[in-house]
Amino acid sequence: MNKFRLTRWLISLPPTLFLLIFFVVPSLIMIVTSFRYPGEYGGLAPLTAPETPEAAATQGDSGLYGLTLEAYRFFFSDILYAEIFLKSFVVAAASTLICLIMAYPVAMLIAQSAKKYRNLMILLVVLPFASNFLIRIYAWMIILGPESAFSHLINSILQLFGFEPVMLLFSPFAVLVGTVYVHLPFMILPLYTNLEKHDPVLLDAAQDLGANRWQRFWLVTWPQSLPGVYSGAALVFIPVLGMFAIPDILGGTGDILIGNLIKDQFLGTRDWPFGSTLSIMLMLAVLGVTGLFTLLARPRTPK
Amino acid sequence: MALLELRNVIRRFGDFTAVDNVSLSIETGEFFTLLGPSGCGKTTLLRLIAGFDTPDSGQILLDGEDIASTPPEKRSIHTVFQSYALFPHMTVTDNVAFPLKMSKVAPAEIRKRVEKALEEVQLSKFAHRFPHELSGGQKQRVAFARGLINRPRLLLMDEPLGALDAKLREDMQRELINLQKEVGITFIFVTHSQDEALALSQRIAVMNVGKIEQIGEPSTIYSAPANRFIADFIGKINLMEAGVTHISGEDMTLEIDGLGTITLPLKPAVQPGDRGVIAIRPEQVKVYALAERTEVPHAYTGKVLDFLYVGDVTTYVIELDNGVRMEALLANSAPGRARFFEVDDPVIVSWPQEAAQFLPDQP
Repeated sequence: MNKFRLTRWLISLPPTLFLLIFFVVPSLIMIVTSFRYPGEYGGLAPLTAPETPEAAATQGDSGLYGLTLEAYRFFFSDILYAEIFLKSFVVAAASTLICLIMAYPVAMLIAQSAKKYRNLMILLVVLPFASNFLIRIYAWMIILGPESAFSHLINSILQLFGFEPVMLLFSPFAVLVGTVYVHLPFMILPLYTNLEKHDPVLLDAAQDLGANRWQRFWLVTWPQSLPGVYSGAALVFIPVLGMFAIPDILGGTGDILIGNLIKDQFLGTRDWPFGSTLSIMLMLAVLGVTGLFTLLARPRTPK
Repeated sequence: MALLELRNVIRRFGDFTAVDNVSLSIETGEFFTLLGPSGCGKTTLLRLIAGFDTPDSGQILLDGEDIASTPPEKRSIHTVFQSYALFPHMTVTDNVAFPLKMSKVAPAEIRKRVEKALEEVQLSKFAHRFPHELSGGQKQRVAFARGLINRPRLLLMDEPLGALDAKLREDMQRELINLQKEVGITFIFVTHSQDEALALSQRIAVMNVGKIEQIGEPSTIYSAPANRFIADFIGKINLMEAGVTHISGEDMTLEIDGLGTITLPLKPAVQPGDRGVIAIRPEQVKVYALAERTEVPHAYTGKVLDFLYVGDVTTYVIELDNGVRMEALLANSAPGRARFFEVDDPVIVSWPQEAAQFLPDQP
């Protein structure tokens, strides 16, 4: 028994250490960073006591020298940041919803196919991961670009109805296309895993007791699939919320999301404390959403 | 008019004929059983009646109306599935209310009827439980309550007692008979268990390889099986190969291989030279100690080979002098007399003339 326990500890030690060093410690550093002053040329200002009374007056004389709430004050002082947060949530929610609508029929099809074809179909779903993420996004840049056949087609249809031609690329539409495209497999897989476990006799029973096709789906299949829906939604919503590459490449100047804002603080404006603050706010938001999903996905009764 | 009538129903799967030209009619209020070994086509037939499958040819009439192409949700026929098929995400109440919701009954009315239905099956206390929190017998009762709540014309049951243990199964059988009497709804019960079929049904249809072999009351099927398959399938029976030697008037004389001749009342269509089996139920066989009596008709000497004591009865395996083996079932009703014979005891075996039946081989 003791030996078994020791083995268990030894096996779980490396991952624990890994998480401690590369997740817990950086998170703590980030939290501390968010309370510090930015350095003049990026990085952080040194943690020293103010040298002059004037400096003490501006930096606050709390005794916690070199620490400040300035970054948080800045975050809450401008509505712009709240707007970007809100927009990111809307984009993430829209991507999740579109992914769900597109993934559900695919997952159902796979779950209802003969067993021997299922693995092949799952392979096809995850096949896009075999090529590089950025290459796939750049491919969309070409597909949605103004000179692409797709753009020409859309615009000639619009012209037919007397609308002005539109620019598909560098728009919120392009961002949605990108996020949905990249995250669709993350919705299909948990849904399939759930739907595959459904007992088909329940649909027979529902039909036998008078339920039509529509009622069979909404009263039997859908409620049973909710845990899969919640896992899929979490797997799409949370990454999209922090996404910066897709809006960078496919979005316009007005389409920046939280991810872009954070990236800019570290690589562009070099305001590390503010970047950390934004990251912490994002993390809190994600934790809130995850908590909500966990609460929803929890089985209604203990197993 | 019969409630349900099947006319020449055929269902094939590729080269395999699962239901082969089945015709039968079931009256209102009947407890009807489809009995047969697994793979005999009884479940396919049930699915055809429920509407999950359509016959390749033939008619299925409910109240005189052909329903062969009506989908299951539009038939006033409900099924109790072998696995009960209770909706795992719904409480007992919601499960039982499901058919009423589907037929758009008013919510207040639904509540009233569900409460009453749960009371009838003694599940009021479990109204807000989920199926996985119920025992097998309770799930069973929920399945019946759900199947019966909107009073279908017909309730189909696909081996519903198969998953229960023996003691509970017996209780449920009795409950089922009472339930059927109370609600007066026609039940069609599918099983491979002959005990269950005999205990529950008013009429039984015995099926084998897609065909109905015999339809009749349990006592008829048991005491006068139509052929060798049924005799062998229903209950225990002694079968002895025999051939018809001659027919005279109302009697026929048969030669039991290696045993001797017996005379039985003539069966229609039997001709001299026909072969078949003589069938005798073990409980009809009398066994006497060799010294006890000798003047009995159809008496054959042998010795006890083995016996199986199961409490209320003992089955003796007796080998006759010519090597034929017979089973005899003796009730252990006399106090202190649990055992009549020991292994190797010499005995005399006999049976009343009318207990023996000749079942000709089918051409």
